[in-house]
Amino acid sequence: MITAPPVVREKKNYLNAEEGIMSWLLTKDHKRIAILYLLAVTAFFIVGGMFAVLIRLELATPAGDLLDSNTYNKVFTMHGVIMVFFFLIPSIPAIIGNFLIPLMIGAKDLAFPRINLLSWYIYMLAGGFGLFVLVTGGVDTGWTFYTPFSSSYSNGYVVMTAMAAFIMGFSSILTGLNFIVTIHRMRAPGLTWFRLPLFVWAHYATSAVMILGTPVIAVTLFLLMLERGLHIGFFDPAYGGDPVLFQHLFWFYSHPAVYIMILPSMGVISEVVSTFSSKKPFGYTFIAFSSVAIAVFGFLVWGHHLFVSSQSAYAGMVFSVLSMVVAIPSAVKIFNWTATMYKGSVRLETPMLYALGFMGLFTIGGLTGLFLASMGMDVHLTDTYFVIAHFHYVMVGGAIMGYMAALHFWWPKITGRMYSQVWSKVSAVLVFVGFNLTFFPQFLLGYLGMPRRYHVYPPEFQVLNVLSSAGASVLGLGYLIPGIYFLASLKYGKKAGANPWGATGLEWQTSSPPPTENFEITPVVTTDAYEYSAQEVIHVGH
Amino acid sequence: MMEANSFQLFPDQASSIASHVDALYAFLVLVSAFFSLLIAFLIVYLVVKYRHRPELGPPVAQHTNDHGPGSMILEIVWTVIPLGLSMIMFAWGVSIYFTESRPPADSMEIYVTGKQWMWKIQHMEGAREINELHVPINRDIKLTMTSEDVIHDFYIPAFRTKSDVLPGKYTTEWFKPTKLGAYHIFCAEYCGTKHSGMIGTVYVLSETDYNTWLGAGSGEGSMAEQGQSLFNQLGCGNCHPSVVNNQNGRCPNLVGLFGTRVQLKDGSNVRADESYVRESVLYPQAKIVAGYDDIMPTFKGLITEDGMLKLIEYIKSLGTKNGTMTTATPLPVETSASPQPSTHAAAPGKTAPRTAQTPALQPQRIQ
Repeated sequence: MITAPPVVREKKNYLNAEEGIMSWLLTKDHKRIAILYLLAVTAFFIVGGMFAVLIRLELATPAGDLLDSNTYNKVFTMHGVIMVFFFLIPSIPAIIGNFLIPLMIGAKDLAFPRINLLSWYIYMLAGGFGLFVLVTGGVDTGWTFYTPFSSSYSNGYVVMTAMAAFIMGFSSILTGLNFIVTIHRMRAPGLTWFRLPLFVWAHYATSAVMILGTPVIAVTLFLLMLERGLHIGFFDPAYGGDPVLFQHLFWFYSHPAVYIMILPSMGVISEVVSTFSSKKPFGYTFIAFSSVAIAVFGFLVWGHHLFVSSQSAYAGMVFSVLSMVVAIPSAVKIFNWTATMYKGSVRLETPMLYALGFMGLFTIGGLTGLFLASMGMDVHLTDTYFVIAHFHYVMVGGAIMGYMAALHFWWPKITGRMYSQVWSKVSAVLVFVGFNLTFFPQFLLGYLGMPRRYHVYPPEFQVLNVLSSAGASVLGLGYLIPGIYFLASLKYGKKAGANPWGATGLEWQTSSPPPTENFEITPVVTTDAYEYSAQEVIHVGH
Repeated sequence: MMEANSFQLFPDQASSIASHVDALYAFLVLVSAFFSLLIAFLIVYLVVKYRHRPELGPPVAQHTNDHGPGSMILEIVWTVIPLGLSMIMFAWGVSIYFTESRPPADSMEIYVTGKQWMWKIQHMEGAREINELHVPINRDIKLTMTSEDVIHDFYIPAFRTKSDVLPGKYTTEWFKPTKLGAYHIFCAEYCGTKHSGMIGTVYVLSETDYNTWLGAGSGEGSMAEQGQSLFNQLGCGNCHPSVVNNQNGRCPNLVGLFGTRVQLKDGSNVRADESYVRESVLYPQAKIVAGYDDIMPTFKGLITEDGMLKLIEYIKSLGTKNGTMTTATPLPVETSASPQPSTHAAAPGKTAPRTAQTPALQPQRIQ
């Protein structure tokens, strides 16, 4: 536990240290860059969310009455591309991680502040390509870009969209690189690896996946662009290529990318559950190493997307057993978080509600992943709504619940203001209820055999689809309300103080919002993380 | 049974594998329900029992966290139990998958060609259909499938099976229908604009009804017969002998070729399956048979995927590795001298439905 350097009085913080638009666009402060990301990522979330609304409206009836087939195909493609590449991958690392990692390790900034700003500009450039595709007519390949449909048959802006994802990859790589170097080199004196907050461990593992995985998707998309533009045969059998090769390359990145999306959320949950139980996380080392294990095994399971793609049965067996194994570290985390509350002092503040929601929904998301890892079961379930339900339980029930927990937990630190406790709890409950109503019926639809990406469907599937669309409207409301009270808090929210939740991390030892240099005095760490009543072990560095 | 507007929560069980898949599903659902409810219960219980009580003052430090021997036992328990359960899921899933992916040797064969956005089906006896598939009940049925354009996927939920249908390659899928009725065929791999319109119906008929249906067939002759005319039309027979012991020395004899291992010029060998035949016709230079020269021209662009399937069926009809015919080619083929006549040794032109040739597999009638 670290002292707060004596707070003098109202002082300059990172928000009011400089003024003017250029002070934001040319900032090298990781906190301001995090805000830039927050604005851009939120804008993409809104766009991606609107596409989700269109999908659920269309599927409320079995006929294709709202959108025509081509439009529907473009809508689900843009929903997937935007949510995966422009929301889920950057959300927690680039916003929350960017803001917090230097604060959590007692550093003044990331190791490479200029590269950090460059990452944001690369993200915006990629976003520009994405928006160009959006306004000029869209793309209809699905976010998975499967060949030879994407390379030879689609009429959409495939190359532009692939270019957007390709460019976006460099943003990820640079962010991951920055985090790894920062975590290695810039920890405060005394902050050993096993004193690091679990959030930092999770981001370390995520960064490794970003650096090792992203180049592969970049190469894959580049090959796709070459084939589509120049008819060089990599994937289309008409040019002598192999269409399944694309799937191997695509999932070699895109399965680990799932862990890029979920690991940071897991880091958030470790912080939130510990804080609101006022208790050190149960099994700190197990949680820390489970992140690393997920990052390593995550690279070895891509073939479970190809059980019906003519992949060898024996290769399939290896992928199946490794997919089972990669589920274990996640289970270990869930059990440890649950055990953390034992003999704690549990407060159901809004971040904790989201964290508990994460634990419930991610458990279901993870367990249904085992259905798909089990080969004989996957043959029936793959490419149906069961898969859609499963990955939304992981991505929305997991990653976004974690992101919401993070926003609510660190909002007072980021802005210095508290938001409405009542409205935030109401919307947390709406999100939980709306989410389950939206996605649980899709498990049943999947087992009944409704394929994914169907614009028109047989009438016997309608009841479950209507339930799902109804749930989506509740979920949408649950996401809308926070937008309102967060904005309102900036003007009307009460001042938060340095440590409104009674948390232990270094980020809570500095003022809210923090000063540009984060700490007036570099902290010196003498104890493990999460020592909730170690007030006597306080040292102030120099 | 597929009926409009009939709300269902569980799909029909209409194939021999369906009950096995459903049993695994039941196990997975039970395990998932147990752990989900366990976590939910623990969360609620712990939140209530250890709720923050302001009257007790600030929380007391818990120093006895995860350093005791008890916690290590807990960590081991909640690692090993899920690992054990997941290994059951793995092994069970593998055993079903191997059943699903290995068609029984004497399956009745049907050919499927996918294209944007329809399914074309060819029966051995010559009958053809589009977006419909008629099959007899209680027969093992093997589909050999390919695509003319993008990747499709032939999915019959009531049979719990699907397989991707790839361009430039053959994949197989098999099932044994066990319940009369009509069931959905879906394309399960996104294939463009009318992906959700690439659907069809599989009709499971009694043996008699199926034979009646077949009898009303196309009149174009069996697939093998049609393949033979194609064979002659394309001039294949000018080089490739299709008569036993005829050896002209320029090109390999095709009699008894199918299903054997072929020795190649580069020293490797390859099984003469559907993909090998297809490749040899379209890309003849890809694999040269030992003892022969690279003289065959490509037939790319001269033959459709449907035609290719007919040609393959003709070559199959020239005898398989289980057949009685011996080959006079210089290949080290497995010339199984089994005296037992096999169903697959049918001579070209034999059009009788295979059902008649396999008395051991007489279907039991339901009805």
